[in-house]
Amino acid sequence: MSSKQTTMRDAVADLVRDGDTVAIEGFTHLICFAAGHEIIRQRKRDLTLARMTPDVIYDQMVAGGVASKLIFSWLGNPGVGSLHAIRRRIEDHDPEPLEIEEYSHFGMVCRYVAGASNLPFFPIRSYYESDIPTVNPKIVPMTSPYDDATEVYVVPPLRPDVSIVHAQRADASGDAQIWGLLGCQKEAAFAGARVIVVCEEIVEESVIRQDPNRTVIPGVVVDAVVEEPFACHPSFAQGYYDRDNAFYLDWDRIARDPETLATWLKEWVFDLGTHADYREKWGAAHWAALRPGDAMSGEVNYGRYA
Amino acid sequence: MIAASARGLEGATNCFVGVGLPNIVCNLAQRTVARDLQLVYESGVFGARPERLPLSIGDPTLATGATAITSMFELFAFYLQAGLIDAAFLGGAQIDRFGNLNTTVIGPYEAPKVRLPGSGGACEIAIHARHILVIMRQAKRSFVDRLDFRTSPGHSGDPAHDAARGWHGTGPTSVVTDLGTYGFDDATGEMTLVTLHPGMTLDDVRANMGWEPKVSPGLAETPEPTSLELALIREELDPTGAYTK
Repeated sequence: MSSKQTTMRDAVADLVRDGDTVAIEGFTHLICFAAGHEIIRQRKRDLTLARMTPDVIYDQMVAGGVASKLIFSWLGNPGVGSLHAIRRRIEDHDPEPLEIEEYSHFGMVCRYVAGASNLPFFPIRSYYESDIPTVNPKIVPMTSPYDDATEVYVVPPLRPDVSIVHAQRADASGDAQIWGLLGCQKEAAFAGARVIVVCEEIVEESVIRQDPNRTVIPGVVVDAVVEEPFACHPSFAQGYYDRDNAFYLDWDRIARDPETLATWLKEWVFDLGTHADYREKWGAAHWAALRPGDAMSGEVNYGRYA
Repeated sequence: MIAASARGLEGATNCFVGVGLPNIVCNLAQRTVARDLQLVYESGVFGARPERLPLSIGDPTLATGATAITSMFELFAFYLQAGLIDAAFLGGAQIDRFGNLNTTVIGPYEAPKVRLPGSGGACEIAIHARHILVIMRQAKRSFVDRLDFRTSPGHSGDPAHDAARGWHGTGPTSVVTDLGTYGFDDATGEMTLVTLHPGMTLDDVRANMGWEPKVSPGLAETPEPTSLELALIREELDPTGAYTK
């Protein structure tokens, strides 16, 4: 297959458009901060940002002024507390209101599954006796067509205009392999109308073919492939670098004050041209400190059937 | 608080773990009363063996050495919704006397005073996990007569209704606070004070609750943590005192 390899700047410029619904997925693991930073730098506007857990990346993007709406299931800084820029928008309309549409985790997962499967809705046994459906009319009760006594709730498909997912490795045509926490990378990629795969390293197609069970996203659904080491920082890539928990803790202080946050965005996003500048600014010692020890998987024999 | 919660996991096998205190509780239980406990994380990990105390439920230490890592769809559909999870921890900004929980908003939804994280997996965990254990610090503003928002359902107050729900979950079975431990009355589904922690009084409980608490006729004192429990917590599970100062 032909190469889809490009730069983050070109991928975002070509595939992310003002007004789009954008999903940068990754559940704690493999959250592509570098893509979020590039979207901020290119001053995209009026985006609907979808993610199960908006995390620090969407706090940064909301503060960067790219978003008018948020779709989510858990709105916090994992293990730390609040996302202050988002809270200011919701609680105080500061500097302007932010529309929200919320689900539970399973509801969000099934929205992606429905979007990826071309289904009109997805039934789940959640939301019983919860107030969530009263504030989100898209979560609808439905009686089972096979059993009048069974009621489920249905959620609508989510088909992002652009899904951006990070993987440990991919080949140049976008066949991507992931290990560790899988999140919704596969579901978001198949659901997305346009898909950007970002990876720690581009590998030969033969490396992918050597271990096909590990391929989570096939290149056939991928529009652009970007090689960008450490693109998930302060999130992590299993086996490559640890979660920078110190930064997640520090973000609480940075984001609490709008001016401190604006200064941070200027210094770490707007004043940098690319993620390579970001890597350089943190410095080699920072990356070395985040490198984990080894824990190799064993090998399996796929067998040769010539 | 931690030791009492861990004892509540006696005999449990598949437990949904949250960050912070529940994480220490489950790891303590695994070393004491529930040797076969499988730690399950909503990030898709079944049978975690964390080598360090994870800050978040998506820490890389949870993946390395786990029994299985699944997609989040599988975790919520095949493990939780199908009824494999027999214990789970929940908490919240507000709880009412029937164990309903609010993690969504303080004040009106459309004009929130405080916007909280929302459900995450809590509303489905509350419905599907067989036993819900709640750990919360007790205060008048969190133990409230009326929730501002019901994120996750507890008992309804009508046991006949609860029995007819047909859920795997039965509503919260216990609440552990910094003052005491509570069960839920079979006849009314109401939170009932079962033990007071050493040094705590009924007046302390009343002063930190938005309703008149129901008290078990057999009200007892919470057993002190054993030296083994304390040693495990202080030396192994939380050596820096991040959660247990």
